Amino acid sequence: MKKEAVLMKQDNPRFFPVLIKYIRVRGSALWSSIKRHKISYLFIAPFCLLFLVFYLIPVITSIGLSFTYYNILEKPSFIGWQNYINLFFADEVFLTAVKNTFLFAVITGPIGYFMALFIAWMINDLKPKVRAFLTLIFYAPTISGQAFIVWKYIFSSDSYGLANGWLMKLGIIYNAKPWFEDSKYIMPILIIVVLWMSMGTGFLSFIAGLQNVDRSLYEAGYVDGIKNRFQELWFITLPAMKEQLMFGAVMTITASFAIHDQLAALAGFPSVNYAAHTVVSHLIDYGTIRFEMGYASAIATLLFMVMILCNKLVQFLLRKVGS
Amino acid sequence: MVLFQHKKRKKPNHSRGGDFVSILILLLFGSFMALPLVLAISNSLKPLEELFVFPPRFIVRNPTLDNFHDVFVLMVGSWVPFSRYIFNTVFITVIGTVGHLLIASLCAFALAKHKFPGRKLIFAIIVTALMFSTHVTAIPNYLIMSKIGWLDSYLALIVPAIAKPLGLFLMKQFMEQIPDSLLEAGRIDGASEFTVFLKIGMPQVKPAWLTLIIFSFQDLWNLQGSTYIYSEELKTLPYALSQISAGGISRAGATAAVTVIMMIVPITIFIISQSNIIETMASSGIKE
Repeated sequence: MKKEAVLMKQDNPRFFPVLIKYIRVRGSALWSSIKRHKISYLFIAPFCLLFLVFYLIPVITSIGLSFTYYNILEKPSFIGWQNYINLFFADEVFLTAVKNTFLFAVITGPIGYFMALFIAWMINDLKPKVRAFLTLIFYAPTISGQAFIVWKYIFSSDSYGLANGWLMKLGIIYNAKPWFEDSKYIMPILIIVVLWMSMGTGFLSFIAGLQNVDRSLYEAGYVDGIKNRFQELWFITLPAMKEQLMFGAVMTITASFAIHDQLAALAGFPSVNYAAHTVVSHLIDYGTIRFEMGYASAIATLLFMVMILCNKLVQFLLRKVGS
Repeated sequence: MVLFQHKKRKKPNHSRGGDFVSILILLLFGSFMALPLVLAISNSLKPLEELFVFPPRFIVRNPTLDNFHDVFVLMVGSWVPFSRYIFNTVFITVIGTVGHLLIASLCAFALAKHKFPGRKLIFAIIVTALMFSTHVTAIPNYLIMSKIGWLDSYLALIVPAIAKPLGLFLMKQFMEQIPDSLLEAGRIDGASEFTVFLKIGMPQVKPAWLTLIIFSFQDLWNLQGSTYIYSEELKTLPYALSQISAGGISRAGATAAVTVIMMIVPITIFIISQSNIIETMASSGIKE
């Protein structure tokens, strides 16, 4: 306390010497603490170095490059907000992409999230073997890589495709429909496919979280007058697994704003009338085909900002669980 | 309802009617999830004429392995042999996953069990990094790869995967549960910190290993990597699949076969490790 009191007095002639001494004392304390923990820094060094080079620096670089014109051949030249202005006022395809991305994110994000939670919750009561089997069934589409290609066969545009063949046999349609070539059908079909693959990392986390809820809480809830499984879910189970809910939300948001791969494989890239063009598709178009790196970086930066904002919003909402 | 654990039931608030409805919903959703994969397997076994019948059949009538045979034959000739794509993907996946497990665990151990200045800041950054989609970092990563000359080499695919923030995050959270007294006992016996990590810490977090392995495997196994890799002989299996399926109708059988090859491996690994995770989780249920 005494030291601070001395520091407060600006007119004290010993102000600077004391300040320097203060910094030196604290600094050397920190330094000796760092030296004492040398081994800890050695442990984290390999990961942190790679993380810095391949994750942190790229994000920062991306923000920086977004204010430049850069085509790889010439040095980047600073152009201020021009990329962002062009994106919003001169690039109609980008606006389509934004619309599609939000449509995908708003529909598949929440539905996928609640479906994962709901299913994890329902299989939690089952016998361990049945639970393990169902976990596999629900998680399999997510891990089977490019198995989503099978949807291309289901919605193939000739009459050999499952949807066309069966609908024609039943007499509901008379000609084979070109599902992935008609912008009317592209979106709904792709939403189904994305939902099919939406039992992501969050799903496993929910299962683990549900199993670790303290059983005695349920007994206590019963005594306190909890009547059915939904009250139990809202007042006991969900509050006890808030951490998993947060984690699941982060994973879902990041994934649902980054949808592209399935869409490109099924609907083509670029898709008919840009019906399945998302922000990530636009980013890939400019980044790896047109090599307009500055412009692509501006898209990446916007995407990143929206993801962070959404995460903050959802985390705020999740704090209200159980109240 | 034989499926439920009625006798030892700990949850008094569940009615039988509700159980019935939930089974019904699970069956419905379960079929939606499972049927396309069943179709994928069924398709891969269909002879060509069965892929093109009207009306289409869901289940194969005369199963054959011809499609799998075709995959290997199709890619012979001026192209790189198909086995090369398999080798590339297996190589990248195995090295990347092992590296990720070791390096992320080492860092997670220090973050969870050592009290050094800066650890909270580092962990906060890692948690934020969970929101970095690979697409956001792709362009600068490409520039960095070209600067350090890693374009068109395995390194460009393996090394970034080693520092995936998700694995570190999960591992650190699991490692918080290791009792400090256990580690302290090892240190008193004079073991080096690395030995304490490897011989005492790591065996305690086996479920987390498996989790890291699954996630890392899943990412690398499905990596196309065609932005970083130009040489045909370094390209991956998912890339080959996308090439084959771009071949259209004449390649329908081969596409179905590669799809099955691609999905069988991660699903098998998940089956093996999932039972392990559930077992370990069940036995470590009660926390103090």
